[in-house]
Amino acid sequence: MNSPIIEVKKLRKVYLQGKVEVEALRGVDLSVPAGEFLSIVGPSGSGKSTLFHIVGGLTPATSGEITVGGSNVSTVGDAGRTELRRKCVSFVFQKFNLLPNLSAGDNIRVAMHISGMKLEFDKRLQELLGLLGIAGRLEHRPSELSGGEQQRVAIARALATNPAILLADEPTGNLDSKNSDAVLKILRDLNEKLGQTILMITHNPDAAAYGHRTVHMSDGQIVDTSFRPE
Amino acid sequence: MITKLVWENIRFRPVRTLLSVLLIAVPVTLILTLVGLSEGFLSDSARRARGVGADIVFRAKGSSLLSFSGASLQSEFVDLLAKQPHIKQATGVVIYPIGGFDSVSGIDVPAFEKMSGGFVYLQGHGFQKPDDIVIDEYYAEQRKVRAGEKLKVMNIDWTVAGVVEPGKLSHVFLPIQILAEKTASEGMVSQIYLKADSEENVDTAVAALKKKFEEYPIYTMREAISLTSVSNIPLLKNFINVVLGIGVVIGFSVVSLSMYMAVLQRTREIGILKSLGATKAFIMNMILTEALIMGLGGTVFGIILSYITKFTLQKLVPASLPPAIVMSWWPIAGGIAVGAALLGALYPGMLAVRQDPIEALAYE
Ligand SMILES: Nc1ncnc2c1ncn2[C@@H]1O[C@H](COP(=O)(O)OP(=O)(O)OP(=O)(O)O)[C@@H](O)[C@H]1O
Ligand SMILES: [Mg+2]
Repeated sequence: MNSPIIEVKKLRKVYLQGKVEVEALRGVDLSVPAGEFLSIVGPSGSGKSTLFHIVGGLTPATSGEITVGGSNVSTVGDAGRTELRRKCVSFVFQKFNLLPNLSAGDNIRVAMHISGMKLEFDKRLQELLGLLGIAGRLEHRPSELSGGEQQRVAIARALATNPAILLADEPTGNLDSKNSDAVLKILRDLNEKLGQTILMITHNPDAAAYGHRTVHMSDGQIVDTSFRPE
Repeated sequence: MITKLVWENIRFRPVRTLLSVLLIAVPVTLILTLVGLSEGFLSDSARRARGVGADIVFRAKGSSLLSFSGASLQSEFVDLLAKQPHIKQATGVVIYPIGGFDSVSGIDVPAFEKMSGGFVYLQGHGFQKPDDIVIDEYYAEQRKVRAGEKLKVMNIDWTVAGVVEPGKLSHVFLPIQILAEKTASEGMVSQIYLKADSEENVDTAVAALKKKFEEYPIYTMREAISLTSVSNIPLLKNFINVVLGIGVVIGFSVVSLSMYMAVLQRTREIGILKSLGATKAFIMNMILTEALIMGLGGTVFGIILSYITKFTLQKLVPASLPPAIVMSWWPIAGGIAVGAALLGALYPGMLAVRQDPIEALAYE
């Protein structure tokens, strides 16, 4: 097993909703080795997305220790979390979240620009686009693409910046089964061929089976971990 | 890349952008038109002053060059001044304001024609009958009259005897005795124009006059003309400042509102950019760039509009308010528009920067 790229210990997250405190995460311990494809399942409201948001630096933890890619995320401030998103972690969302005004190619370029990369599509990126099957769709705007294509563009945008970790929050939630299968296969390929570390939230047990390991969450805690039967 | 992002944003919401640009253009046009009017009015006055053909202007005690004072100078001065050293000729005029920026000039016809080189008649002829009035082409156009037709000035019906080429002292002329009679200022003049015996002697003549008539304002025509510029007229200056202030307020509010809307509309997109790792500076830069483009667009549009207002005014009131295009004010008006736009974008920009990315991503 590789050394862990994500280490989470006693992670708690309390949201303040008006005056009411909502405890979204209540003591999560999780260790993810580099190169793993991890599935996370659990009922709605169990804190899966919240865990991603903290690991990906979109919001700070209330308490606990989080190490991502070797740096301690629990102590860094706003700027440190921005840096984490810029360099180390990329998101893929259920709602694709492409910028509607920009072509697929420009969506990818914006991400590259933000992480300070040159805007050329090098060999690695060309291969990635080929693997995702969207090389011919780069001039189109999101509204001109199918849901499956949009999600593949979103994956390309996420990986164009070469992140250590890909966090995919229900990436197939808005796709029909055919497109779901395609996206899941792509994620598995990316993991197997490029060694990309992937964490994926899903409600679908079949989708979860694509991962090496499935973590079950309930009520803000990890309740069970199971490995893929080989 | 930011430019591209901003550009696509603008293209994506053309109506909102166009409206903002249009609204920013309004104060720009306002400023440019006002300045153009002042400049045009003054350069027209200067041209007409030059057209008199005099070298020196002599005014009543305590009057200022740019005020239309009534006739307050004894007409005996005319002959007295004509006898001063190096003075070849003197002629007095009565200037009587008739509302707005216009005035009637009462002239000693033969003396005035001699000094100015004479009127060029485009229509009709000179003064013959007691109810004759002579006007210039601009005024004829503005009042839509031709030679031989009736014209009401100072509540009196006149007959337009002739229409002359513009550029000599005034737009409207009457013989001095007739104007004096109608305005109860017989034996008085408003100012006296003097011609020196030669160009080189003008300064000597002025010096001698100043010595002798110590308390009277005396200017060479060159001085008098150089004094007629916008910044030398306090009232105009204040007026322009007020309009500048209004311009800043309008530009500021328009852009502020527009960018505020833009930030709201784009909440989700800003969230996406943040999830990609966009820094605060990046987001702020994007918002300010958009404001800058709107400010510049507004400036260009405002300049175009100022040509349209110029054209319209020329058609409507060619004599009273001959507008000019004052290019030296373009950067000033543009600076105000852009400055107001950037300032107006700051607060919405701060809102965008502070937005919580998770909430922004959940925004529908
Ligand atoms: N920004 C927030 N403010 C307040 N409460 C929040 C916020 N985000 C999440 N929560 C609460 O935290 C809990 C966990 O939410 P989370 O989104 O992590 O669940 P989830 O497992 O991703 O659910 P789902 O499967 O429906 O996506 C929920 O009770 C939710 O209401
Ligand atoms: Mg969720």
